[in-house]
Amino acid sequence: MIVAFVIAGILSIVSTLLAVSRYSAVHALLYLIGSLLALAVAFYTLGAPYAAVLEIMVYAGAIVVLLLFVVMIMNLGNRRREEERALLKPSVWIGPSIVVLLVAVELLVIIVRGLAPATKGSYIPALAVNAVVFGPYIIGVELVSFLLLAGVVSAFHLGRRRKESIKQGVAQDDEQRRREAVK
Amino acid sequence: MIVPPVYGMVLAAILFVIGLAGLMIRRNMVFVVISVEVMLNAGGLGFISAGSRWGQAEGQAVFLFLLAVAATEAAIGLALVLWLHRRHKSVDSDSARQMRG
Amino acid sequence: MIWIIPLLPIAGFLVLTVFGRRSPWQFSAGVGAGTVGVSAVLALIAGFTLASLPAAERSVVSSLGSWVVIPGFSVNFGLRLDALSDLMTMVVTVVAFLIHLYSTAFMRGKGDYHRYFAYLNLFVGSMLLLVLGSNLLVLFVGWEGVGLCSYLLIGFWYENPENGRAANKAFIVTRIADAALLVALFLTVAAFGTLDIPKVLASASAAGGSGIVTAIAALLLVGAIGKSAQLPFQLWLPDAMAGPTPVSALIHAATMVTAGVYLVARMHIFYALSPGVQLAVAIIGAATLLYGGLSALTQHDIKRILAYSTISQIGYMFLGLGVGAWSAAMFHFMNHAFFKALLFLGAGVVIHRLNDEHDIFRMGGVRRTDRLLFWLFMIGAGALTGIPLVTSGFYSKEAILESAWLYPHAGPFFWVIGAFGVFLTGAYVFRLFFHVFTGKPKGEGGSRPASAIFYPPMILLGLGAIFAGFLRTPRDLGNVKVISSFLNPVLASQGKESAGISTEATLQIIVAALSLLGVLAAWLGYRRSLKRRGTEAVTGHELSVGGRFLLSGMGADWLADNLVVRPFMWFAGLLRRDWLALVYVGVGRLSVLFHQALRYTQSGLIRWYLLGIGVGVLVTLGMVVFA
Repeated sequence: MIVAFVIAGILSIVSTLLAVSRYSAVHALLYLIGSLLALAVAFYTLGAPYAAVLEIMVYAGAIVVLLLFVVMIMNLGNRRREEERALLKPSVWIGPSIVVLLVAVELLVIIVRGLAPATKGSYIPALAVNAVVFGPYIIGVELVSFLLLAGVVSAFHLGRRRKESIKQGVAQDDEQRRREAVK
Repeated sequence: MIVPPVYGMVLAAILFVIGLAGLMIRRNMVFVVISVEVMLNAGGLGFISAGSRWGQAEGQAVFLFLLAVAATEAAIGLALVLWLHRRHKSVDSDSARQMRG
Repeated sequence: MIWIIPLLPIAGFLVLTVFGRRSPWQFSAGVGAGTVGVSAVLALIAGFTLASLPAAERSVVSSLGSWVVIPGFSVNFGLRLDALSDLMTMVVTVVAFLIHLYSTAFMRGKGDYHRYFAYLNLFVGSMLLLVLGSNLLVLFVGWEGVGLCSYLLIGFWYENPENGRAANKAFIVTRIADAALLVALFLTVAAFGTLDIPKVLASASAAGGSGIVTAIAALLLVGAIGKSAQLPFQLWLPDAMAGPTPVSALIHAATMVTAGVYLVARMHIFYALSPGVQLAVAIIGAATLLYGGLSALTQHDIKRILAYSTISQIGYMFLGLGVGAWSAAMFHFMNHAFFKALLFLGAGVVIHRLNDEHDIFRMGGVRRTDRLLFWLFMIGAGALTGIPLVTSGFYSKEAILESAWLYPHAGPFFWVIGAFGVFLTGAYVFRLFFHVFTGKPKGEGGSRPASAIFYPPMILLGLGAIFAGFLRTPRDLGNVKVISSFLNPVLASQGKESAGISTEATLQIIVAALSLLGVLAAWLGYRRSLKRRGTEAVTGHELSVGGRFLLSGMGADWLADNLVVRPFMWFAGLLRRDWLALVYVGVGRLSVLFHQALRYTQSGLIRWYLLGIGVGVLVTLGMVVFA
């Protein structure tokens, strides 16, 4: 299982790196899906099958898909490739990368200090998780439902389009197509 | 043979840091949302590793809640990105800049 | 009960400050003049009560409680009414009241009515505190108060920056002198441990003629000559004429400028014990009276002539103090208050009638438009000169010169100067008189009507100018000693009592003759100037070099400017960029630097903020790692 974990881990890291650094949003999202699937495997090897399944169903299957839909609605596909390339000059990512590297080092130091490598993990079946969630932590479930309701309402309100912006949006798209036909 | 939790934590740290880097570097708002999802995910992995180490189900319970939060956040964040796109005709976070420093 | 006298005008000031702006002018006039009027009545009542008491009991002390109580030194809010303070109180309140009355008509339409009366009330209150104070600290409070009011009132028409400059000049010059006064107070506390006047005087007598007493006397003198515009501090008074004329009448003729005289008279024991300083007082007095008289001869602004005249007459008072004739000096003060106020108020009427014309060479023939004023002004001018027998000025100057003759240190020399001063006085004031009142009107003429309210105060002052003189007459002319016996418990006179009747009579005749000669000289000069310039309106400023020298007050302003002001400003300029200033400037510059640096954090770029958070996380984790 450790081997599986290591492979999944490496896949996940590489996919995430690629996801974050692509020029095209759609490519990035696809790499993100890959990363999430690898992580699901990692969850399973850590003794958390329930979390693994949820990861695939909800995270990769709903959230990232939502992101994909929105990206496609906004038509952010190949159009912005050149712009994004300009935006990712080395001068832009050198500084943050150094900072981030140092943070990584520090985190690793803290983790390794606190947790001996030999400590064993344990397997936790789905029933145990649900017993906990609908038992002592039932209030969390209720709060999550509030949160989801708030999210639905906000997304609905914010996502509403007014009539003139629809017309604008349509006119813009026509413009776009005409320009690209000429090229 | 369950993987020792420390490996999980290390992986979580690395993923978190990658997400942070993406957050700091990219101007495109969609990528910002993506980076945030990555970070949340890494946090979830950390929780699961901790739950595995102590043998408690709470780790995954928190992961469940975290999933809900991430979903909500993604939805609203995208709605806002849509707004930004509508107002400024671009998803560049710099387009909403009003202070010039 | 004595406390009402100074507090009533101060209350008037407060009322006018708060309510004056929105009240009708009658309110300001009523409160302003009313408070002073009541104080005047109270002062007169107190005066007569005091006079009826036997000499030894002629003082009342009233205290409102402690002010400073520290180990070894205490001061209370005390007022002391004795013969000297009462004389001054009566004169101050009565003259102030008359001038307030006059102002109710004069200041209509000439600016912020309520502000004027508020300041004037504050002034009267402060002056009363000054003269009534039972300890030097209350006196000092009054001293500073009158200085402040002088500044406020000189610069009353503040829209004109010239007036502001004149006010500044007055305040700054007297401030320099006040520094000396303050040092004198410190020395007094150090030497005698108290500021209570009777105790200080008693301690001084006990100390005899020691160095400390001389030092205090000298420093008090410096303070006094600043306030009283004597040499070398006299240069502020002519410019102080920029204020309204009633202000000039009250502050710069009758009352504030005599504060110095009061101070020296009150602390006379110090001077009696320091003959050197007293000689200095006499010298300053004599020099100043000559200076004032000579400078007044060439002036053409009616108020400046009167200002130099004030300088000169106070010189007489200082001369009197210097030769030990304390009560004679105070007598002259009283008379001077009457006739100088009368002259200033008269000048005010002239200026008012002629639409704010100040140049005597552009005036003339006022006699025809205002007979009453003509006579009143003549009374004032005559009193100033000391026309023999009928005017108060004669008697008071006589009293001073009498004692001057008897002064052990070159007395006759001072007498000669004083006598010559009488001649000069007659010359300059009647020069003014002739140019303004006789002959034909020059210039546009233009008569603004004068209110009837102007005249009663002037009439009363005129009566005072004539009859007040009879309160003390020389031995051969009735030997009336009302004033001196009234003041005796406080100011026992110093020096020899008499020099024989015949000597006295001769001296009196010479002085009388000189005064009349002065008038004659003025008349002759006037006729000559008429012939030379004709009766057309001329600027009349063709003076010789000597004349121009005198016109500028013997170059006093030029001297002060070059000897004091310029070096000081140069020095201050040097200090502008010293290292101490750098501390303050540095703070400012540092703030600006920080601002420039921190500006970049407000870039509006989300990435920057996130980077900031990232660095914060880095640092925090670093603390955990390395702790």
